[in-house]
Amino acid sequence: MQKGNTSIDLISCGKTFKDGTRALNKLNLNIKGGETVVLLGPSGCGKTTLLRIIAGLEEPDDGGQVLFNKENVTKLLIEKRNVGMVFQSYALFPNMNVKENIGYGLKVRKLDTKQIDDRVSEMLNMMSISDLSFRTIDQLSGGQRQRVALARAIAVRPRVLLLDEPLTALDAILRDRLRGEIDSLLRSLEITAIYVTHDQSEAMALGDRIVVMSDGKISQIGTPRDIYFHPENEFVADFIGTINRISGNNLKKLVSVEGQELLFRPEDIEVVEKNISHLTGIVKASFFLGEKTRLIVNYNSTEQLSVEGKFKKEYKIGSEIYLKFNLETSITLPN
Amino acid sequence: MTKKQIFVLQLIFTLLVCSFLIIPVFLSALAGITENFFIGIKSGFTLRWVFEVLDLYSETIYLSLIIAITCLLATLIIGIPAAYVLARIGGRISRIIEETIVLPVAIPGLAIALALIIIYGGYRDFRSSWYFILVGHILFTLPFMVRSVLAVLSSTNFKELEEGAASLGAPFWTRFITIVLPNIKQGILAGSLMVFTLSIGEFNLTWMLHTPITKTLPVGLADSYASMRLEVASAYTLIFFIMIIPLLLGMQFLSRKKY
Repeated sequence: MQKGNTSIDLISCGKTFKDGTRALNKLNLNIKGGETVVLLGPSGCGKTTLLRIIAGLEEPDDGGQVLFNKENVTKLLIEKRNVGMVFQSYALFPNMNVKENIGYGLKVRKLDTKQIDDRVSEMLNMMSISDLSFRTIDQLSGGQRQRVALARAIAVRPRVLLLDEPLTALDAILRDRLRGEIDSLLRSLEITAIYVTHDQSEAMALGDRIVVMSDGKISQIGTPRDIYFHPENEFVADFIGTINRISGNNLKKLVSVEGQELLFRPEDIEVVEKNISHLTGIVKASFFLGEKTRLIVNYNSTEQLSVEGKFKKEYKIGSEIYLKFNLETSITLPN
Repeated sequence: MTKKQIFVLQLIFTLLVCSFLIIPVFLSALAGITENFFIGIKSGFTLRWVFEVLDLYSETIYLSLIIAITCLLATLIIGIPAAYVLARIGGRISRIIEETIVLPVAIPGLAIALALIIIYGGYRDFRSSWYFILVGHILFTLPFMVRSVLAVLSSTNFKELEEGAASLGAPFWTRFITIVLPNIKQGILAGSLMVFTLSIGEFNLTWMLHTPITKTLPVGLADSYASMRLEVASAYTLIFFIMIIPLLLGMQFLSRKKY
């Protein structure tokens, strides 16, 4: 496989559509060759638009530039950029079988029949779908289509792989399994990959770095750990995992500064005996998730906290519960 | 009343209505191969009327076929790209253009024929050639091709398929030929059958536009009913049916098939 060393640079790229919608504010982004970057954010945050600008399916507004390996490709159409793209609904060709789909890009590049056959076989093996070679698209399940879409995109040995929410259309178990497969695939290919998703666990699992986006802007860029443990603003803190907000006034035993607001992750709040606790609450809801339990705890009658842990004990709804906080685990947002 | 009884009654009713329509047609066809219609089947069966029709009117059959085939080619060349562009731009403009294309179907054929004569009648050579009739046919059948292809395009997300093909390196024409066309095959086929059938059977427009040397089958048919004996006209009708029924069946078959 070709070693991916294609870096991508976006300079001052924004996008306003014909009807006036500002999908993307001018932003800059640098992606190193070989890394997997995940564009993460809620619907409408501009992540797909950004991906399409990198792909060449959309042109950035005046002044925007897209560079592949420092080479300006802004004016190049997608068919000239040599990218591989996996679409959300796969865009597999209904008039061709699996083999023909995978070989399409190679046929367009006018490779000879033997070369095409060899490469297609290589792809079929890599994706473990050799037995599907002659099936038509409508005879494939969701997971199988996904694999064909991936095989087709990689077959042309693109310099960049772009994936637009490829797992969104699949059920949870399939998504988990394929996520692992995509992860090992991306690592073995050592190709520059950009992955768009709204699912933060997917982003954390796959990304070397995550670009969290909101309202057409970049909120934060960092490794999964950076994003999770050191969110730089409210939006990122809220969007990644769950964040509890508690006023310092309620934790007088812990903090002396009045009016300060503290942020805690659910797994950093301990359930303890009353005598060493900082706060007493009432269990409002309890969700046993198998490997952990999530409790919604009320305090001060209206405030709520989300607490998570591996509790063997079952906490009954309406019962009292005693919580302990550790200042070291609290999250501080830079100001 | 049970469900089954109601069903049987409905079926009988439908069959009665059908026979009301079909029996005259059947009798007409029968007359075409009877020695003498007024005596009835007793006079015997014969093919002489059929041969007489072929003798007298073979040019009309030939011309009808030529016009239908040329009309089909023209609507394919004009209609498919038109449908593609309309599907691509979408929105209000697309709908307005589509409505304009469909207009000739709503306007009476005689009116269209008159309009053509008024505007182009001055060009003698054009006016007296079969191209004149062809233009009328294209105007009338084009909407059916466009609509048919447009319907298929609207139901497939061909934009994404094209983006997929483009991402793999295919330029516009390659995409159009390898991805768009194969996937609208059904629409093209259905449209083609409709155009061909409509052209063969077109009367209103053609009657107004024809000259003695540019007669099509339906025009000749009207002629024969006016001036020949019934058996000849009936044989003529029989030939028309033999040409058109397979086409109609084909259209039926295609419209049922799920793609």
